[in-house]
Amino acid sequence: MKVLVPVKRVVDYNVKVRVKSDGTGVELANVKMSMNPFDEIAVEEAIRLKEKGVVTEIVAVSIGVQQSQETIRTALAMGADRGILVVTDQPTESLAVAKILAAIAKEEAPQLIILGKQAIDDDANQTGQMLSGLLGWPQGTFASKITADGAMVTVEREIDGGAETVELKLPAVVTTDLRLNEPRYASLPNIMKAKSKPIASKTPADYGVDATPRLQILKVVEPSKRTAGVKVKTVDELVDKLKVLGAIG
Amino acid sequence: MDPAEETALLDSIQKWVDREVRPVVMHHDHNDIWPAELVDQMAEMGLFGATIGSEYGGLGLPATTYAKIVSQIASYWMAITGIFNSHLIMAVAVERFGTPEQKAEWLPKFATGEIRGGLALTEPNAGTDLQAIRTTAVRDGDDYVINGTKTWISNGLNGSCFALLVKTDPKAEPRYKGMSLFIAPKGPGFTTGKKFEKLGYKGIDSAELIFDNYRIPAANLIGGVEGQGFFQATGGLELGRINVAARGVGLAEGALRLATDYAQQRQTMGKPIADHQAIQLYLGDMVTRARAARLLTFDAAEAYDRGERCDMQAGMAKYFASEAAVKNSQEAMRIYGGYSYSKEYEIERFYRDSMLMCIGEGTNEMQRMIIAKQWVKRNPA
Ligand SMILES: Cc1cc2nc3c(=O)[nH]c(=O)nc-3n(C[C@H](O)[C@H](O)[C@H](O)COP(=O)(O)OP(=O)(O)OC[C@H]3O[C@@H](n4cnc5c(N)ncnc54)[C@H](O)[C@@H]3O)c2cc1C
Repeated sequence: MKVLVPVKRVVDYNVKVRVKSDGTGVELANVKMSMNPFDEIAVEEAIRLKEKGVVTEIVAVSIGVQQSQETIRTALAMGADRGILVVTDQPTESLAVAKILAAIAKEEAPQLIILGKQAIDDDANQTGQMLSGLLGWPQGTFASKITADGAMVTVEREIDGGAETVELKLPAVVTTDLRLNEPRYASLPNIMKAKSKPIASKTPADYGVDATPRLQILKVVEPSKRTAGVKVKTVDELVDKLKVLGAIG
Repeated sequence: MDPAEETALLDSIQKWVDREVRPVVMHHDHNDIWPAELVDQMAEMGLFGATIGSEYGGLGLPATTYAKIVSQIASYWMAITGIFNSHLIMAVAVERFGTPEQKAEWLPKFATGEIRGGLALTEPNAGTDLQAIRTTAVRDGDDYVINGTKTWISNGLNGSCFALLVKTDPKAEPRYKGMSLFIAPKGPGFTTGKKFEKLGYKGIDSAELIFDNYRIPAANLIGGVEGQGFFQATGGLELGRINVAARGVGLAEGALRLATDYAQQRQTMGKPIADHQAIQLYLGDMVTRARAARLLTFDAAEAYDRGERCDMQAGMAKYFASEAAVKNSQEAMRIYGGYSYSKEYEIERFYRDSMLMCIGEGTNEMQRMIIAKQWVKRNPA
């Protein structure tokens, strides 16, 4: 079966993000960008399913600025077969992304779409759910284990207080959680071979989607600084301090 | 090379280093254990074919990209770069000077790491003075019979094939005209001595190679003509110096990274030691030195990639970067204070490893003499 894996270009998780001086967003100039870590997990899972012989083709999709092509190349170097780049310079909002992905899903007819549960830039955690709604396909979110055969996919999900197992009829939408797998790093030969794998270039209009943002960002601010802690020598002193602070009665 | 692609390669190397190398470096270094698992991963990553042409299954990386990879790995553990570096110098000799048959036979196996090895030049009585080597190869029908001893050979125990410098005409004058280079796989008559105990450069094996009536087909004479060996063995020196310079850059930057972290964590007199002027003087020197070493090294590597003569630039890079490695690790030791002397911290490894960079691939004494001679020659009074 065919799997679609959307991959997003985000600020690398190692970067300490800084808010732009005008408060309109975070600084992106000269900042290292990488594939959203949850999407890496999604790509890895698709590759593992391919290595098991369940999956025959992996298509990586990215929606965003032209440089998102590099994010697709990362997926291709890891083991995806081809890419679709949907270029837009506008901020990508979850609903617009879900609509574009739904249109691609109709065209490509994958049996499974594996997405990251959220992207580490906006932490929205809704694209997979919206996509499932738009397509009318079943969803298994926050997957910590995925087993698939030709007709069904079984997803173990992380929920408050434990794990839940759901069985979904294909085609289906699955979103990944952190513990699903540890993504591979691409070997140098595979990175170089990825150059010759095809990437189709599209625009939101090609899919009949108006990607104009519906939301307006009013202000972005740094989290307030934590005040420094103090060391106490004894439990009595600790209790006294907590009382002074009004933390205990 | 496309910058985005180079970034992708370096990103993958960093992931490998973070996930696989950093957790095991201390154990392997302290116990001088050859890192078998890392070697398998290096083969998987393609490192044994990094500079070998793509027509032979290698990656065909330019010297600049290769040097970036080497310095990046060396900034965490220099010694393991020797496992593929010495191997690639052997491969370079075959790729540049070998016959088409030799390239077709050996390079694909070198590129995958199926056959790994190194370069065997030095002898107990001949290091800097390479033309004084005594190992001989005597023609016997379709074979050569080789006798002699090589020493200090990196990958000597775990490698299976070496570019071996010998005398085919010990009486030739000038002496270099009697020297030849062979592709020498291990076999009957080719044995190794015990593993050397070393100050640093642990994990990688250095050993003696002993040749006692070792018989080798004449087809293994690189280039197929006697008397070219000295030129072939030293012809790769520009690249060799760039490689050692890149390791020096890595060590200098690695020592700086450790010292920078430590100086901000360690507090004395109520503030981080990085706020004391004495420590700032060290850090200011170290950053500048590491940067200068990097710029000299990539200046040489870029000239090499443009196909220009760059022996002087490569020599300056090798000399400066190796001294920068030594100085930065020494000053990082000062910044660490007493803990620099503890094996629970990493900085002592940089101190032990960096000294080798001043000795290998042409001692720094020789580098300065060669640079000076070139300089005077280019600037006649
Ligand atoms: C860990 C390690 C790994 C090595 N790996 C390899 C390897 O893989 N393959 C290999 O072939 N070799 C290898 N070597 C050997 C190395 O290349 C030699 O040690 C080096 O070339 C110096 O030679 P030497 O030890 O004989 O010193 P010498 O040549 O005896 O030098 C001693 C001192 O005299 C100086 N000197 C020598 N000649 C002159 C001169 N004409 N003018 C002024 N000063 C001079 C030198 O600079 C040095 O300070 C390795 C060495 C070490 C320590």
